[in-house]
Amino acid sequence: MTTLAYTVSDAATMLRRSLRHMLRYPSLTFFVVGIPVVLMLLFVCVFGGTMGAGLGGASSGRAEYLRYVVPGIIVLTVATAAQGTAISIAMDMTEGIISRFRTMAISRASVLTGHVVGSMIQTMLGIAAVIGAALLLGFRPAAGPAGWIGAIGVLAMTALALIWLCVALGMVTKSVEAASNLPMPLMLLPFLGSGFVPTASMPAGMRWFAEHQPFTPIIEALRGLLTGAPVGSSAAVALAWCAGITLFGYLWARALYNRDPVAR
Amino acid sequence: MTMTASTPAITAVGLRKSFGDQVVLDGIDLQVAEGTVFALLGPNGAGKTTTVQILSTLIGADGGEMRVAGHDVVKEPDAVRAAIAVTGQFSAVDNLLTGEENLILMADLHHLGRREGRRRAADLLERFDLAEAATKRAVTFSGGMRRRLDLAMGLIGEPRVVFLDEPTTGLDPRSRRTMWQIIRDLVAGGVTIFLTTQYLEEADHLADLIAVLDRGKLVAEGTSAELKRLVPGGHISLQLADPAGLERAARTLGEVSRDDEQLILQVPSDGGVRSLRALLGRLDDESIAVEGLSVHTPDLDDVFLALTGHPDNQKEAVR
Repeated sequence: MTTLAYTVSDAATMLRRSLRHMLRYPSLTFFVVGIPVVLMLLFVCVFGGTMGAGLGGASSGRAEYLRYVVPGIIVLTVATAAQGTAISIAMDMTEGIISRFRTMAISRASVLTGHVVGSMIQTMLGIAAVIGAALLLGFRPAAGPAGWIGAIGVLAMTALALIWLCVALGMVTKSVEAASNLPMPLMLLPFLGSGFVPTASMPAGMRWFAEHQPFTPIIEALRGLLTGAPVGSSAAVALAWCAGITLFGYLWARALYNRDPVAR
Repeated sequence: MTMTASTPAITAVGLRKSFGDQVVLDGIDLQVAEGTVFALLGPNGAGKTTTVQILSTLIGADGGEMRVAGHDVVKEPDAVRAAIAVTGQFSAVDNLLTGEENLILMADLHHLGRREGRRRAADLLERFDLAEAATKRAVTFSGGMRRRLDLAMGLIGEPRVVFLDEPTTGLDPRSRRTMWQIIRDLVAGGVTIFLTTQYLEEADHLADLIAVLDRGKLVAEGTSAELKRLVPGGHISLQLADPAGLERAARTLGEVSRDDEQLILQVPSDGGVRSLRALLGRLDDESIAVEGLSVHTPDLDDVFLALTGHPDNQKEAVR
């Protein structure tokens, strides 16, 4: 086999390991899907009537707010899934198994690649489950096939960016607890953007931040693609943010993985 | 991979490593012949684990030339990795996988193919008395089982050189015996073993050559018999009844170390019956009352005292 074939084979082995971990440690997967679903129920069923009235749409009310908030919830799912990645990376790093991998003649990239691909699969399944729950609540997306493909593309790019970032965050921390806390701001950002309320309703300083942080264009692009609202420039801005974060996260993670492990 | 008998399996010349301003390895030279057991003996903090981590390509050295299994550790790390297995002090098994899955994971990473991987996994489970644990998750294993699985995982790629970093620390006596037998079987199969240990007894049982590491320097190297010749043959500890007796006994026996508070004298001795009888005879002649007596055979403390002039726990105390 060639070097590339070995790399692919090793990454596939690591992916099988990651998927098996997800099955054996299901609480992490429940958490990934559970938090967004609970927040969706809270925001739609409890706050939804009032929030919908504030949107000032045609059919204002709970249904209107559900339509508004689902894209934000879906992006939140990506963030919670990425937090799960940071936790499982940190669990790996604090156990001896990574040291074993480092002293074996395997492709160095395969360990992280296996984690990233596994997390992508976990995230996409999580998103499907959250969309399923939204459909049960009465969410009716207007998107046609092209809209869905575009939405899946935006979500995949977002997931890849946040997962690579969280791989690095999971490695930079010294403990599993820290790895679960460090990505917490990622879960807050959809709230501090257009995820739950329009940015226009925010005070000036807050509004400026909300309109210039990466989650807002991602959520706007997704909302446009799913509900038929105008996408505008948000898709291009979202993809640029995702590409930048992916590159940053990847380079950071690679540098962290290649440095000498700290001696005991 | 073939190596001529004259090629050492492991060599290191001038190996150096510091963490910050703490010098951990201060110029170490090692040579391990193929198919032998080499034991690196030393207390906690001597630099044993660091030596293994460097030779097994886990961390880089600050200086020195190292070759393992015929390959340069710095320039050809992957060739070294393909020839070695490492079993650390803290076992490196995947807790969420079963015993068999852990072995098959290793087989897949060695690109053995499905059938061969399963065959070797089954063989190792049998050899290492892990057959029952094959379908249980590693997290449920006892310490001895984890250590055996850990070593089995390393052996699936049929390494030529095996690094064992304190393989029996924390194991019960029975598990320790089992591990020793496994190590002997490996050597019988032509594998070179690089072992670190805190136990003189372990090095004594297993090693062809023992090197004593202290504060980042090798202070002695030789066979077990050669090292024992460097060490005074233990001592007899005498508990005296009163300070006057202690004073008289110390004068009678000459070169002894004394503890005036505890009323204890330590007399160098080989621990044999004849020398014991002679010692008691001399005390009887002087009518010195001895309350208690114990015989100490040489242990790591004695080796360290003899080789370095300080007890092996001094380093820990300084921290």
